[in-house]
Amino acid sequence: MSEVLLEISHMKKAFNGQEVLKDISLSVSQGEVVSIIGPSGGGKSTLLRCATMLETMDGGSLRYLDRYAAREEDGHCVYASAQELREIGRMFGLVFQNFNLFPHYTVLKNITEPQLLSGTEGAQAEKRARDLLTDLGLSDKADAYPFQLSGGQQQRVSIARALALGPKILFFDEPTSALDPELTGEVLRVIRQLADEHMTMIIVTHEMQFAKELSDRIIFLEHGCIEAEGTPEELFSSGNARVSDFVGRFRL
Amino acid sequence: MSIGVMFRELMGGMGVTVSIFFLTLLFSLPLGLVVAFLRMSRLKPVSLITGIYISIMRGTPLMLQLIVIYFSPYYVFHVKISSSFRFVAVIIAFALNYAAYFAEIYRSGIQSVPRGQYEAAHVLGYDRRQTFARIILPQVLKRVLPPITNEVITLVKDTSLSFAIATAEMFTIAKQIAAKEASIMPLMAAGLFYYIFNLVVAWACERLEKHYSYYRI
Ligand SMILES: Nc1ncnc2c1ncn2[C@@H]1O[C@H](COP(=O)(O)OP(=O)(O)OP(=O)(O)O)[C@@H](O)[C@H]1O
Ligand SMILES: [Mg+2]
Repeated sequence: MSEVLLEISHMKKAFNGQEVLKDISLSVSQGEVVSIIGPSGGGKSTLLRCATMLETMDGGSLRYLDRYAAREEDGHCVYASAQELREIGRMFGLVFQNFNLFPHYTVLKNITEPQLLSGTEGAQAEKRARDLLTDLGLSDKADAYPFQLSGGQQQRVSIARALALGPKILFFDEPTSALDPELTGEVLRVIRQLADEHMTMIIVTHEMQFAKELSDRIIFLEHGCIEAEGTPEELFSSGNARVSDFVGRFRL
Repeated sequence: MSIGVMFRELMGGMGVTVSIFFLTLLFSLPLGLVVAFLRMSRLKPVSLITGIYISIMRGTPLMLQLIVIYFSPYYVFHVKISSSFRFVAVIIAFALNYAAYFAEIYRSGIQSVPRGQYEAAHVLGYDRRQTFARIILPQVLKRVLPPITNEVITLVKDTSLSFAIATAEMFTIAKQIAAKEASIMPLMAAGLFYYIFNLVVAWACERLEKHYSYYRI
């Protein structure tokens, strides 16, 4: 059994009294690819945002390797110190639906500056950035600004930017939802390439075929609860009416 | 009075006008950013008081503010007003007034930067200072440049309001000469000066906007 990289237990989150995540427990091991699917408003993004500490959870615990970002103490969720959270933050990367590249930086600077701020030496940061751009088929775009790129290219840059920091886990929140259909392929191909390299990934997606082919495990999230969970075969052939109803809508 | 003497006197006023213009910008541009932050403060009383300040500055005539600030040492503290305080009062009034306008421009500029920029920076390990200085502020500057340009052009013309407390700037002097000589010439000359000054300001602002046009938001 490989190492557990991420352990979420009994995560709870409410917005203005409305419970969005109810008692979510999830653990992800080194090298696993986990997809999260489910209907809109089910809490998928909120789960990712709590796991990446963009949102503070109300209850439960969150652990990366052996370090707790938050733990439950007498019914309260207590977060670690700012310093500790910053260090834990280096263990994961997040790829957004709408890329969120920095528009005033070139592609190269988007990828190098975060490395420089985390202490990587200049020449090395640039080399890593250029290597990643080559890997992702963007070597000729180093000096372009984000507005000069297609959505698919922007998303690949944002993946390179996240990878440059050497995360142990990469989260994706609907990485292809903002793209024209003909551009989703190039981004999915990159994610597939990462899976082949055994990158640990948690992917929120509506691309059912992709999730089915790529994932070690799929989680079906609805109304803030994990309704079903299993290998793609288990999940897609499950007798769970909600799951088959949802999946059926995607005509697999 | 010869044309030469008239121009020499006007020139003196021009120097004062230009000084008012640059000193006002020097103080109000940074002060506006501070006011914008106070306005966006999470502490309710702070943002409320700042909001009242902005609304008074924008809701009452600058000329009135000028007079109040000039005479307040006398009425409030019963101190005799020295004539050198005139210029100081002008700078204080203009800086306070323009800071309020700039604050609102900065605020809307800051708020128009999408949340995702902050979130991306956070996840990439930028701390709050780095996020603001490197990611947010450059984008804010690009966004606020056009409305700031408008204010700056208004400022060129507003400097003439300081005639209200008899500051020896361009317009005050032009008016005095015009009255003494019963001639409209000095006023025309002053008008031409404001117009050319503004052409230069607009040109400079345009250059600055061009400088920021290498990327799009
Ligand atoms: N910041 C917020 N404030 C208030 N309510 C929120 C906030 N963020 C999310 N919600 C609510 O939480 C619920 C879950 O939202 P979430 O974005 O996690 O769903 P999702 O599964 O990602 O949906 P989608 O597939 O549409 O992206 C929704 O009802 C949403 O309105
Ligand atoms: Mg979502």
